[in-house]
Amino acid sequence: MTGTATATLLRAFNTNKTSWAGLIVLLTVVALAALAPWIAPHDPIEQDIFARLEGPSALYPLGTDQFGRCILSRLLHGARYSLFIGIASTLAAMLVGSLIGMLAGWYGGRFDVVVMQAMDVLLAFPALILGLILVAMLGPTLPNIILAIAATSVPAFARIARAPTIAVKEREYVEACRALGYSDARILFLHILPNIFAEILVMSSLWLASAIRTEASLAFIGLGLRPPIPTWGGMIREGFENILDSYWLAMAPGVAILVVVFALNLLGDGLRDAVDPKLKGES
Amino acid sequence: MSTFIARRFAFALVTLWAVLTLVFFIVRVVPGDPAQVILGEQATADAIAAMRTRLGLDRPLGVQYIEFLWGAVRGDWGVSLVTGRPVVQEVLAVLPWTIELTLAALVIGAAAGIPLGVWAAVNRNRATDYVIRLASLLGLSFPAFVSGILLLIFFAIQLRWAPVMSTQGGSFSAWLGALALPAINLGLIMAAYITRVTRSAMLEVLGEDYVRTARAKGVPWRAVVWRHALRNALIPIITIVGLYLGVLIGNSVLTEIVFNRPGLGKLIVGALNQRDYTLLQGMMVIYTFVVIIVNLLTDLAYGAADPRVKLK
Amino acid sequence: MTTPVLAIENLTVSFRADGQWRPVVQDLSFMVNERETLAVVGESGSGKSVTALSIMRLLPLAQSRVEGRIALDGRDLPPLSEGEMRRVRGNEIAMIFQEPMTSLNPVLTVGFQVAEALIYHRGLARAQAEADALRLFDRVRIPAAKSRFHEYPHRFSGGMRQRVMIAMALACRPRLLIADEPTTALDVTIQAQILELVKMLQEEEGMSVLFITHDMGVVAEIADRVVVMHRGRAVEQGETTRLFTQAQAPYTRALLAAVPRLGSMEGQSRPLRFPVVDTATGESDTPSPTPDTVDPADRPLLEVAGLVTRFDMRSGLLSRVTGRVHAVEDVSFALRKGETLALVGESGCGKSTTGRSILRLVPPSGGRILFEGTDIATLDRRGLVAMRRRMQMIFQDPFASLNPRKRVGAALAEPIVVHGLAGREEARARVAELLRRVGLDPAMAERFPHEFSGGQRQRLCIARALALEPRLIVADEAVSALDVSVKAQVLNLMLDLQAELGLAYLFISHDIAVVERVSHRVAVMYMGEIVEIGPRAAIFGDARHPYTRRLMAAVPVPDPRRGRIRRGLDADEIRSPIRAPDFTPPPRRYTEVSPGHVVQDWGTERERLPA
Repeated sequence: MTGTATATLLRAFNTNKTSWAGLIVLLTVVALAALAPWIAPHDPIEQDIFARLEGPSALYPLGTDQFGRCILSRLLHGARYSLFIGIASTLAAMLVGSLIGMLAGWYGGRFDVVVMQAMDVLLAFPALILGLILVAMLGPTLPNIILAIAATSVPAFARIARAPTIAVKEREYVEACRALGYSDARILFLHILPNIFAEILVMSSLWLASAIRTEASLAFIGLGLRPPIPTWGGMIREGFENILDSYWLAMAPGVAILVVVFALNLLGDGLRDAVDPKLKGES
Repeated sequence: MSTFIARRFAFALVTLWAVLTLVFFIVRVVPGDPAQVILGEQATADAIAAMRTRLGLDRPLGVQYIEFLWGAVRGDWGVSLVTGRPVVQEVLAVLPWTIELTLAALVIGAAAGIPLGVWAAVNRNRATDYVIRLASLLGLSFPAFVSGILLLIFFAIQLRWAPVMSTQGGSFSAWLGALALPAINLGLIMAAYITRVTRSAMLEVLGEDYVRTARAKGVPWRAVVWRHALRNALIPIITIVGLYLGVLIGNSVLTEIVFNRPGLGKLIVGALNQRDYTLLQGMMVIYTFVVIIVNLLTDLAYGAADPRVKLK
Repeated sequence: MTTPVLAIENLTVSFRADGQWRPVVQDLSFMVNERETLAVVGESGSGKSVTALSIMRLLPLAQSRVEGRIALDGRDLPPLSEGEMRRVRGNEIAMIFQEPMTSLNPVLTVGFQVAEALIYHRGLARAQAEADALRLFDRVRIPAAKSRFHEYPHRFSGGMRQRVMIAMALACRPRLLIADEPTTALDVTIQAQILELVKMLQEEEGMSVLFITHDMGVVAEIADRVVVMHRGRAVEQGETTRLFTQAQAPYTRALLAAVPRLGSMEGQSRPLRFPVVDTATGESDTPSPTPDTVDPADRPLLEVAGLVTRFDMRSGLLSRVTGRVHAVEDVSFALRKGETLALVGESGCGKSTTGRSILRLVPPSGGRILFEGTDIATLDRRGLVAMRRRMQMIFQDPFASLNPRKRVGAALAEPIVVHGLAGREEARARVAELLRRVGLDPAMAERFPHEFSGGQRQRLCIARALALEPRLIVADEAVSALDVSVKAQVLNLMLDLQAELGLAYLFISHDIAVVERVSHRVAVMYMGEIVEIGPRAAIFGDARHPYTRRLMAAVPVPDPRRGRIRRGLDADEIRSPIRAPDFTPPPRRYTEVSPGHVVQDWGTERERLPA
């Protein structure tokens, strides 16, 4: 089923240099995050009270923060949290949202109207505010943060999955499936899903970027994982408190977030360009 | 009033009710007794009971719900647990700041984004297009607080062109100085978004048959692009920009924090930090109002742009 | 010798694909004389539309290359700057397109869109240009032109939009009008109106017309001379009458042989295969008559009695029903094994909905459908699934009716496995057999749909329908999207399958000439009702109902010797079957004029038919 979707994505890669650039940067970050415990020069929460707010040195390549912790080590470990939270919440939102969108698109009628209006309200409601409230109410633990971010992107996935479901549903081959007596589940999952899967996958890379940004924003506001856990948003928050004299503290994690989000956007954007005309061309 | 507007209005009312209900239950269903949360772990049973009475949590849920709805409609959202002032007053005091900021961002975003998007679409797959696309993608990748901090470091700390802290009142130049950086911060991200939306909408429209018709009757290219194509492209642009307003509001929260500017964002973060449940509840209601009003405006703009929607 | 209005010499147009230039038009030369109508005819991919667009310089510059000479009144066009070319477009050469529904800008009023050409080419002020444009509206016979002038295109039907397009094209009194398949998307009665209008305006304006079409009937009606194109080259050109009577090129002869001619079936009692022509030599065989496949003594396979299908239209605040589409209204007929019943009519007449209602793809609102004696309304889910094995459907668009991500072998095997007719292994063998049966190579099972041509895909759809061994096939415009020669082959296949398997076809079509060729009986639908039904010979030889007659008269016949029929300039539109929610259809009475030939009484029903 996913074989052909993967083939489409692979073809897309061959024609798009920016996607490659995004992918390479991303894989590098993933590798660094995975290897963090082995390659980080220091323990990310180890404090060196004799080396607070120091500039770059051989011992601390990116300097230290106000507690004398190694910024590079905190960045490398922070990547693990950013990526994990981002991927987990995007996957959850993709599964739930796509299912909702496909069902709404397929069954149509009042079910569709009610479900999608609800989704639209959620979508229009500021995601960050919703995330803030959910995390504040539930408490800033790893599962809660994942849940809150996933909840804010479910409606987006519902929309993403619904539109092509409707488009494909009106194609004659789906009507032919009905005439052939196939069950709804068979048509939805064996005939429609493979045709919209590439689109969903591409959009999820863009939403992964958004999820990572949301996680950092929550942490920046103070609703991320509790200190001393190193998160990029939390590092910026701490750096921002010393912005007037040591602004580089906020710069390093800021650039890290920007690079990852930009890489993901490059990847997703290039893929979308490649996948879109393909789907249209097959009509 | 046309059925289109009436329908949208009715839908807005239903939405309002649904969200209010949601807000009511979120505050009450979430694990942990709010009174306990407010007073902390060490609070005595008596203190908690007193707090529950003060919050009205001791009354039946149904009564609370009706009172909450009735209060929300009348603009009575209770009293802030921290300042003791009515929630409405707290909100209204900062609302103009946020409106001013988001409107300025919207203007910057549209003024920069639409021409850039059109320009990129017309020059599809040429150097101009690539540069604009890459730049807008980069702009879109900035978390608002990162770009805000960079602006702050560069313009306020290094160049000292703008104040680090926003000030209230004063001269026009002081007002502009306080608005400029936050508005540019929000506006550029918005512009990046509008550029991309405009570009793809224009690409779609430029491939339509009626664009070919316009060219076949000898309409100059400039008029083909701006009159025939952009007028049609505005229809999806309005829809998508309407959907983006949620992100804009989220970004305004971050911007207000970075630039230490009063507004709804600062207020809600304060309410969260101080566990001011009534204020928080009121804030959610006001956000819902904002979202609904913005949606209505989007619908109206949509109706004005597309003659197929029956407005009159 | 006078200068021709348009002279094309050695035109070659290439498109760039995957970094390579591929010619789509090669070494094409023709001319259009003063006041002449030249038809360029060809099947899809012949390069006829590309030729038109390259004359106008409307092809995308980056991906196309135009070589050769294009001269308008002796003036070479390719050397002109873009600004000069713009002053030619819409001014000296005007163009109308195939899709009236998408060719007008939805956000600008129709009046302004017509006036625009005058503003740019004549330098008129907007008010003056709109006053002139209003006169053009009258000339193209748009009813109530004044009140409709400031409306937006979505309020106009396809035929009316094409009139607006014509008004726009005529605004600056061009020397040459290029009409690119201007009637292909229109219903046959509307097509007749538009053709008539183009002819009349041409005479009044004294302009020349380059008419691009795939329809030999339209060619015969409108053209003085013809250029036949095939794969980017002109294979033949000449006077219309000569071309139809003494075609030289094998391709032209093949094309003409494949075209069904209305009235050619007189004296034939059964459907007739199309002649198979060798495109290399132009030799054609004599089609063998089809065997008698219908036994009148059989109990009908399908009996439809009083079928009604309506759709509610909701609007307003509370989504009240404010109107009802009477898509199918009191339709009754029977269909026997081995028989083809054609449902003909124009768009919106309910013929497709009738087919879909029978398969219960849309729920019928009333009436009885008996299939092999079982009332399908009483079937539960399982019964419905079992019933659907016995009746299958083929759709119009061969590109949309196959799942693009499934290999065709898997797509054909799937229904067999789902219905438990065979295991996977045996299903594979059956797929090979099915492919052979529809004239395809069993080795093609490994391919994806996009690797097949339109005609091959339609064969695949037939194979998929046959996989379940159905008794009845509902063919909904099954050959309408295909080119003439491919259409003939697919129809021959359908006739062969009927002879071999005793299939019954419910053949839904708007193409009256095809219907005459392939059906045993014909039902004419108008506004959801059958107005006339009977044996094919009776309907075509002795049409009684005024609508049937009107429909037949509108069909262009590919025979220029018939002369140009003047049909008069009416502007009737196809009426909509939308009614108020409290509308009760009046009772209808029918008269049997000869055995099996039943006609709806129309006498006092003046409201139902345009005069």
